[in-house]
Parts: sequence; structure tokens; C-alpha cells
Amino acid sequence: MGKLPYDIAHLLGGAMLLLSFVLLYQRRVQAVINAFAVQGGVLALAAAWQANMQGVPELYLTALIAFVAKAVLIPLALRAMLRRLDLHRAVETALGIGTSMMAGVAVVALAILVVLPITAGARAIAREDLALALSVVLLGMLMMITRRNAISQVVGLMSLENGLVLAAVGAAGMPLVVELSTAALVLVVFVVAGFFVFQIRERFDSVDTAALESHRGEGAGDGWRGEGAGDGWRGDAGQDGQRGGAGQA
Amino acid sequence: MLTALSLVIGALLLLGLAAVPLAPRAAGARLVHGGCVAACVLLVVLAIWALLAGGGAVLALPFGPPWGRALLALDGLSAWFLLVLGVTGAIASLYAMARPPARPGAVPPYPLFLAGMVLTVAAADAFTLMFGFEVMSLASWALVAADHAQAENRRAARLYLMMAALSAACLVPAFGLLAGHAGGFSFAALRAAPPTGWLAGGVLLLGLLGAGSKAGLAPLHSWQPMVYPAAPSHVTALMSGAMAKVALYVLARLLLDLCGPAQPLWWGVPLLVVGAVSAVLGALRATLEDDTKVLLACSSIENIGLITIGLGLALAFRGADLGPLAALAAGAALLHILNHGVFKTLLFLVAGSVLASAGSRRLDRLGGLIHAMPVTAGCALVGIAAAAALPPLSGFASEWLLLQALLAGWRTGDIGFQVLAAAGTALAAMATALAAAAMVRLFGLVFLGRPRTPRGAGAHEVGRLERWALLIPAGLTLLLGLLPGPMLALAQPALMALLGPAAMAPAQGFALLGGTGEAAAWYLPLALLAALAVAGLLVLLAVRARSPLETRRGPVWNGGFINAPDYLPFGDPLSQPSAGGFAQPLRSMLGTSLLAARQRVDMPRPGETRAAGYTASFADPAFGWLVVPAARLRDAVAKRCETLRDFSVRRCLSLGFGTLLALLALLAWLEAH
Repeated sequence: MGKLPYDIAHLLGGAMLLLSFVLLYQRRVQAVINAFAVQGGVLALAAAWQANMQGVPELYLTALIAFVAKAVLIPLALRAMLRRLDLHRAVETALGIGTSMMAGVAVVALAILVVLPITAGARAIAREDLALALSVVLLGMLMMITRRNAISQVVGLMSLENGLVLAAVGAAGMPLVVELSTAALVLVVFVVAGFFVFQIRERFDSVDTAALESHRGEGAGDGWRGEGAGDGWRGDAGQDGQRGGAGQA
Repeated sequence: MLTALSLVIGALLLLGLAAVPLAPRAAGARLVHGGCVAACVLLVVLAIWALLAGGGAVLALPFGPPWGRALLALDGLSAWFLLVLGVTGAIASLYAMARPPARPGAVPPYPLFLAGMVLTVAAADAFTLMFGFEVMSLASWALVAADHAQAENRRAARLYLMMAALSAACLVPAFGLLAGHAGGFSFAALRAAPPTGWLAGGVLLLGLLGAGSKAGLAPLHSWQPMVYPAAPSHVTALMSGAMAKVALYVLARLLLDLCGPAQPLWWGVPLLVVGAVSAVLGALRATLEDDTKVLLACSSIENIGLITIGLGLALAFRGADLGPLAALAAGAALLHILNHGVFKTLLFLVAGSVLASAGSRRLDRLGGLIHAMPVTAGCALVGIAAAAALPPLSGFASEWLLLQALLAGWRTGDIGFQVLAAAGTALAAMATALAAAAMVRLFGLVFLGRPRTPRGAGAHEVGRLERWALLIPAGLTLLLGLLPGPMLALAQPALMALLGPAAMAPAQGFALLGGTGEAAAWYLPLALLAALAVAGLLVLLAVRARSPLETRRGPVWNGGFINAPDYLPFGDPLSQPSAGGFAQPLRSMLGTSLLAARQRVDMPRPGETRAAGYTASFADPAFGWLVVPAARLRDAVAKRCETLRDFSVRRCLSLGFGTLLALLALLAWLEAH
């Protein structure tokens, strides 16, 4: 095999990483979804290329699933949701764009530092693919924590999963079952997340997850605290264990 | 043999499962406990078989931890503890059959509790041992928490869970240190690579903390007097009779067997010190407590302390290359484990019968039960005499051996250890004497004198099956007292597992042999029994000859007070000594310094009409110094953790992300170096 196939595989992996960065600095929800769709397409290409390179026809199916689900269906659904929610406003970032980009670069450096020495014995392509995939996973997580908007958090989660699939297709001999199940899992996650978004919309008229925070633990939380104070092994309740009752009497 | 053992464990687990639908009906609960009796009898048979035939084989179960298979084996040490477990388990289960626990929730964990203990004792790798140990801890916690309607039981269960977590948090790293050093979890691998230097010190410290907190050694003993009263009586009996012994098994297995025979003399010192402190503290508290089960729990602490002294001495003697003396000390410990298991089970069951029949655990509400419950009183007398170390009962034989071993402490040749052994002798002797005082007080207040409450006066003898559950351990206590020599001969494989193949049990025929060579002392229980019988007969004949009149029964002596008026049919309660009154001399002698005992007399001035008052109290130092600060620390940590609960989704995610990044960075750093 020549050097070109490696280069193309790297190119596709690098493109996914680049798109992760693109996801990280988008300010508009619409653009986030577009970037995610492109990333799904690149993932499909990468999987197809691996299928060609490794000579494993099953990976074409993975590529097809990735393309249909991630490049077409999910972005369409997200866009439909966006229209239904009537949201065209900008993404609210919790961390500034510049800061998140710098954090992203640091995370990628860390991923490369970790992966390259560990996999010293493995094939070169697997090593670098793994490093790229880990970077995509970490960037997806970073996206989830730097955005306040529920849709961008969902996109972050799915971009994280893209990284997992990239790692899976890069490793030769990975059974297809894994990809199918992960794909199904993501669909489920997507459905749940969509449901949540609608719930949030219905209840609070906003998709800002910050709105959830003021409604956490009402009732149950208070009861729990009350019980803790009632019969806890308080530090000073010790001498011969009759204080708890005596306090009431 | 091992297949049968694993089948017994499996049957116990199934029994625990089957108990869930069976428990609500009394017949179902009886069936479950009957199954436990059968399983325990089978365990006894297996244990004796293994002790006689010798079993070095290892059985690999077809399942286990991810990296291998669970291993079972029955060497001498395991078989000896399995014998103790089987005997006490059978007795306690028989009692539970006669008197099923009031709460159905206390039935299903019981077989699991037994199964966990069997698994711990029979394990041949560290993982299986810890798994069994944790099953035992959790199942016994469920039993303690079964009656959770009362706040004090909830509190006891919580403290117990904390202590179980502590012991796991110490034992897992102890085994981890050994396994990391040896490169494997099986006992054979651990034995092949004994730890040295700080590693050995760490194992000693962690093992002592972990197993000691479960066994109830000072200063981690304060859960026992709270937890034992909270559990149903048969469970308490099993916890004291078997579970504490399983913890000692882990201690002995870890320190004497797995750490190899080449450990130095000073290894025995921590065990000796901790054991002596526990013995004295437990015995002193037992003389002061006024609740039967708490009193017995404190007596358990004392006995566990004595056993630990024996194990520590065995370690020290082995380190000083004194094989026969090490065998003497280890033999004393092993024999006392069996004897204490039986008589303490008996005493806890008696306490349970008294609680059920006379309606109270408090000494100040009992009294005169010897008339209402003669069989129970007789069994209690046997158990109490054994706990007070009176010859020719079982407690005396093992404590005599232990004192012989302590008296031989000077032969180690190390001046520091000689002094320690001398102090240990004094403390052990004092603990034994205090335990005798506590036991006399227990029997006198519960069974002698007059009833102290109408409820106590309405007590009745227990049912037939329950009577057997008391008579069997009483008979065993007598038998073990008369046959310590054959029992030690039976324990020979256990001694060899602890001290190497050259160890010889300190017994010859029916006699016990204390010490070696010319300095050897003999204890001949059968001869002693004959002498006692002859003396008793002589006294009887003499009394007969001196007083030809028939025996007549008079009213109970009321302590020199005038007769009570008619409206007090049980006599004036104030004219009978109380639990506090009996405890008074020892409280003011020893309690003020050791237990911070305080008393306050509130005397009205002349002319005042209010009543005079007297209050006395004491507090276990371990409680104030350890449990209370620990609880305070826990509250502070919990308060800190409360803020975590209010974190937003994003901050929770960032917490996980940060942890992941930190771990990755650590990985990168480790690779770079």
C-alpha cells in the first residue's frame, strides 16, 4: 500500500478535528447545526475510506448509517425543531470564544501527548487516528460545557459520539455490532434530548438550561434535609444516646 | 469436600432468596431457619472431616473476578473457624427456629449472613475473602437495621455501616499491598512473596485496623455495645459468637499466615497492647453496664481482647524462634475462639429468652427468674461460670493456657518485650477477674433475689425447642471444658497452618500442657472434676451429718430491711440492691480514671421537702475521642458536599470533564517519566 491512503485517512480525521473547532466557535445555532452536518458527512467519508483501505465491506454500511443519520436526518430534525421553537438567535456561550478555542488547543495537545506514547507498538495509522478521535471526543465534551443552549449541548454530545465512531472505524477488526448499537444509542439520546427541549420550551418558554436550575430539588430536597437534622448522628449527640428523645420531650 | 462446601454456600444463598416469600409466615420463617440448622450441621461435619483428613486441595469455582476464578480451600485454619461457625450457627439457627424474629425483614438476610461468613473462611484468594467479608457485613447490617422503627436502632445500624465501611477501607488496601507485591491474589502467591520493611508495617497496621474494627478491638469497639442490643437475639449471638471470630480469622490469616513466618518479634507488640487494653476496658464496662445485652457485648470485647493477646504472643514467640511457646499461645487463642463462641452464643440466647419472657433487658427490671425459668437459669449458670473462667468449664481451660503463655513471655530475651508481657499478664489477669465480677453481678441480678417488676414476676419457662437451643450449648460448654486436650489435638492442623509444620498442640491426651520442659504446668480437667466431685460429696455428707433436719425454704432475705407492707407484694424495691449499687465499688475504684465515671449526690438541706437524688454516669473514652469527632467530621464533609448538589448541569459536566483531563494529564506525565 502506498502512502496516499494514509494521507487521505489523516486528512479526513484532521477535517473532523477542524470541524470540531468550527463547532466550538460558532455563535449561531443554525451554523452549529450546519457544521455538525458537515462533520457527519466527513465521518461517513472517513468510514468509507477505511472500508476501502482495510478491505472490510461492512464499514461501508457504517459509512452509510453515519451519512444518513448524522449528515442528513439529525441536522434536518434539529433544524425543524429550531423552526418550531422559533429560535434564530445567537448561542449564549458560558466561556468566551477565544478562551474556548485556547482550551480546545490545550485539550488536543493533551490528547496527542497521551495517545502517541501509549500506542507506540501499534500501526501508525491507528495511532494518529486514535489521537484525532480522542481530540474530537474531548472537544465535544468541551463544547457541552461551554454552551448554555440546550441544542448546542445536544450537538456537542453527538459530536463526541462522532469521535467515538472515528476511533472505532480506525481500529481494524472492530465488529459492526458496536457501531450499530452506538448509532442506535445516539438516536435514542437524540430523541430524549429533543423531548427535553420541548419540555423546557413548554414549561419555561426558553431553551436555556439555566432555567432548570431554579427548579431543582423542590419538596424532596427539603424533606431530606429535615430528616438529616432530625435524627442524625450529630457530633454532639453522643453521651449515652438519649439526647435525641430528650430534645423532643 | 470442597464441592460439598460450595454446595452448602449455594444452598444458603438460595435459602436467602426463598426466604423473601416465606418470611411473613411463622412456619416459613421456621423452615428457613431449619434449613440454616441443617446447613450448619453439615458445616460442622465438613470442618471435622477436613481437620481429621487434612485438606490442602484448592477448588477453582467456574466463576469469579474478571481476571480469574474464585478459589476455595479448607486448610487447618479455615476448617477450625468453620467448625466454630458451624457450631454457633447451628445453635443460633435452632433458637431462631424456636423463636422466629418478630420482623419478617430479619429472615432473608440471615442465610446470606451465614453464607458470607462461610465464604470468607473458605476463600483461598484475597478477592473471594473480601467478597465474603463484605457480604457478611452487609447482610448483618440488614439484620441490625431490620427493626428500624426505633431511632436508637437506626442510629446503631448507621454506626455499624460506618464501621463496616472503615474495616473494608482498611482491609482492601492491606490485601492490595500484599497482592501488588506478590503479583497475584491467590493465597499461595501471597505466601510466596512475604512483605518486608514499610510494606509489612503497612499491612500490619491496616490489617489490625480493618479486622480489629470488625472484631471489636479497642479503640474501635464502641459500635458493639450499641449494635448488639439492636439486633434480634439469635443474630446477636451469631455476631458475637461467629462474626467477631471471622474477623479474627482474617487477622490471623493475614498476619500469621500470609505475611510469612519471618516477621520480627515486635510484630506481636501491637496485637498484645490492643488486646490487653480491649480486655480490661471491656471487662470493666461489663461490670458497670445495666443492660444484659450491652453487658454481654462488653464481655465479648474482653474475650476478643484475650484472644488477640494470644495471637500477638504467638507472633512474638515465633519471631523469637520459640516454636513450642508460639504453639502454646496460638493454641490458647484457637481454643478460646471455640469456647467463647459457644458460651457467648449461649449467654446471648439466654438474654434473648429473658427478654422475651420477662419483658426487659435492663437488670433493674429483672430478678428472681431462677424460680420462673429454672432450665434457663441452669443453662445461664453454666455459661456464666465459663465466662467467669471457673474450672472445670471451658472458659477456664483456654484462659489458663493463655496465662501460661503470658507467664512465659520472659523467655523471649528482649527486655522491652519482657516488661510488656509482664504488664500484659497483669492486665489479662485483671480482665479475667473483672469479667468474673461482671458475670456474678449478671447472674445475681437477673436470676437471684426477688422480681423487681410485676412484668418480671410474670415470667415463664421457655418452650421445648427453645430449651434445647439453650441446653445444647450448655452441654457443649461442659464438654469442651472437660475435653480441652482432644479439642487442641483436633486443632493441630490449624496450628500448623499458623506456625509451620513443626508446631505441636500444647496437649497430651486429656491434659493441657502449659510451658515447655521442666517448667511445664499441667491442667487435668478430668482429675479436677473428680476432685471437685469428691469434695462436693464430702461437703454434702458433712452437712447431712451435721444437720439431720429436713431442708426448709424460708422467705428471701431482704437485706436487713424491715418487711415490706402488704401493698408491695414483691417486696420494697428499694430494699434490693440495684445494678448501679452492685457496680458502685468498681466504678469508684477504677471507673473514675478509665471510664470518666462521675457521680453526683443531691442532698436536700435540712428542712427542705424535696427528695434526695443520686446520679452516676460513665462514658467510654473511645466514644468521645473517636466516634464523636468522626461524626463531626462527617457532618462537615456532608455540608461541603451539599454545595455539589446545587451545581448546574454544566458545572457537573465540567467536573467530570476536569477529572478526565486530570487523569489524562497524569497518564501523560507517567509516560513521560
